[in-house]
Amino acid sequence: MDELNQLNELYQEVILDHYRRPRNFGTIEEADRRAMGHNPLCGDRLALALKMKGDVIEDIRFQGAGCAISTASASMMSDGVKGKTHAEAEAMFEKFHALVTGKSNGGADAGKFAAFAGVSAFPVRVKCATLAWHTLKAALEGMNKTISTED
Amino acid sequence: MKTALHGGTELDVRAIRSDFPILARPVRRTPLVYLDNAATTQKPKAVLESIRAYYEEMNSNIHRGVHYLSELATKAYEDARDKVRRFLNAADAREIVFTRGATEAINLVAYAYGRAHVGPGDEILITGMEHHSNIVPWQFLRDEKGAKLQVAPIDDRGELVFEEFERLLTPRTKLVAVAHVSNALGTVNPIKRIVALAHARGVPVLVDGAQAVPHLTVDVRDLDCDFYAFSGHKIYAPTGIGVLYGKLALLDRMPPYQGGGEMILSVTFEKTEYKKTPYKFEAGTPNIEGAIALGAAIEYLNGIGIDHIAAHEHDLLRYATERLSAVPGLRIIGTAREKAGVISFELAGVHPHDVGTILDQEGIAIRTGHHCAQPVMDRFGVAATARASFGLYNTMEEVDALVAALGKVSQVFGKS
Repeated sequence: MDELNQLNELYQEVILDHYRRPRNFGTIEEADRRAMGHNPLCGDRLALALKMKGDVIEDIRFQGAGCAISTASASMMSDGVKGKTHAEAEAMFEKFHALVTGKSNGGADAGKFAAFAGVSAFPVRVKCATLAWHTLKAALEGMNKTISTED
Repeated sequence: MKTALHGGTELDVRAIRSDFPILARPVRRTPLVYLDNAATTQKPKAVLESIRAYYEEMNSNIHRGVHYLSELATKAYEDARDKVRRFLNAADAREIVFTRGATEAINLVAYAYGRAHVGPGDEILITGMEHHSNIVPWQFLRDEKGAKLQVAPIDDRGELVFEEFERLLTPRTKLVAVAHVSNALGTVNPIKRIVALAHARGVPVLVDGAQAVPHLTVDVRDLDCDFYAFSGHKIYAPTGIGVLYGKLALLDRMPPYQGGGEMILSVTFEKTEYKKTPYKFEAGTPNIEGAIALGAAIEYLNGIGIDHIAAHEHDLLRYATERLSAVPGLRIIGTAREKAGVISFELAGVHPHDVGTILDQEGIAIRTGHHCAQPVMDRFGVAATARASFGLYNTMEEVDALVAALGKVSQVFGKS
């Protein structure tokens, strides 16, 4: 694949759309779970708030400023995990991680996250794509602290 | 590819580029455009050869062997020290301490000078444009001694607010530590003025020269600074070697930094006698080939002339400032009247990391992020910037390539 195609794969329209108009942006006053994500390499910060109903993510909001990849990832993740259980969300993260690190080729499994397959051609950007997911995992595990891509 | 310079002299950039083997390699199937010189510079053949020659002809430990190779290596190491002395126009080679880099040089002063002279309630004065390496060592000292770290602010152009600096220089100030050139903004600080003001109040000054030595002639006696720190790898020498210049009288009064071999005269379990300056600061087997290669880099630069390099880089900076200012949505961060080597910028609606990724696909290497100067980023209300920084081998055509690639960024992000 030539460079321009690789770039177009990375910056797909759906990713740019979520970057420009992030879904579920904001916070939840009465959140049950919170976590902060931090990528010290670029200074990106992400605040995640969850409203749980039992084991189900009833609502999810995020705030923060980041690059196109990290913002779009947070936005699409928030759409994807809403209404899912803790275990389902973690399973989605596993699939997502395999996708962006090139360990799976996407396919039917990738589902709505298939747009992120292009990240695998840019290894230094994997942390941008996974920051929101790591933060979600911390929030679900009730850690209520700042997690870092460098820990 | 000759560039007209001030005063009618010319720098043969094509010849200079052929001295740097890495500049000939393609990156992502396009010619490399290396604009990350403030992070580290590429190395000329003369430097690479000096390392090879050291290992092929004289590798041995220094200052202790009675054998022939040790004598050769010791001489080469001490010759390098004298090259650094002349490069900085220091009075005495004993004022040149080899360190791992500027960071270690600053830590050395914070430890060996700071701990003896800074007490509870005392103040250390820095500026708002410092690199983390000229902040964190002083925080260590502050926390250990119960001292205060004072920060002189910078204005919207990225210049030191001199009146504030003067106001913060109090009877409690025990040391001023300031960058000569800001790595994130390119601002050149008025060091002579700062030193004169501090000395009038009896306060010594450390200058972090990491970003200055590649771009301007540094004369420590003219500046009259008390300490001056820099890193070899920013001036075309390898990583892992750097320099602390200190006035001899100050260094002589300072205790050693680290303990070990090389820095001792005699050791018993009861008592150790240390060597004199500068050896008491150089514990352990030093980076011998690094020092020798730094000497080779200095000779290489002297052969071209630092003034010629400065003029060429000034032309590049002026041209790049002009061209980048015309890019829609681009804001240059750091517009000091006196700048050297660096342009930080942000592009509206595009995160610097995305800029960096797209430029990289065009073979253009720039730095994106906080540039180890997070307080500077906070001052300008950004999390990160993109930064192009120039070296003696960069060309106007490379500036054009940067501008063209920024057009591609807008193309990728412009689609709706």
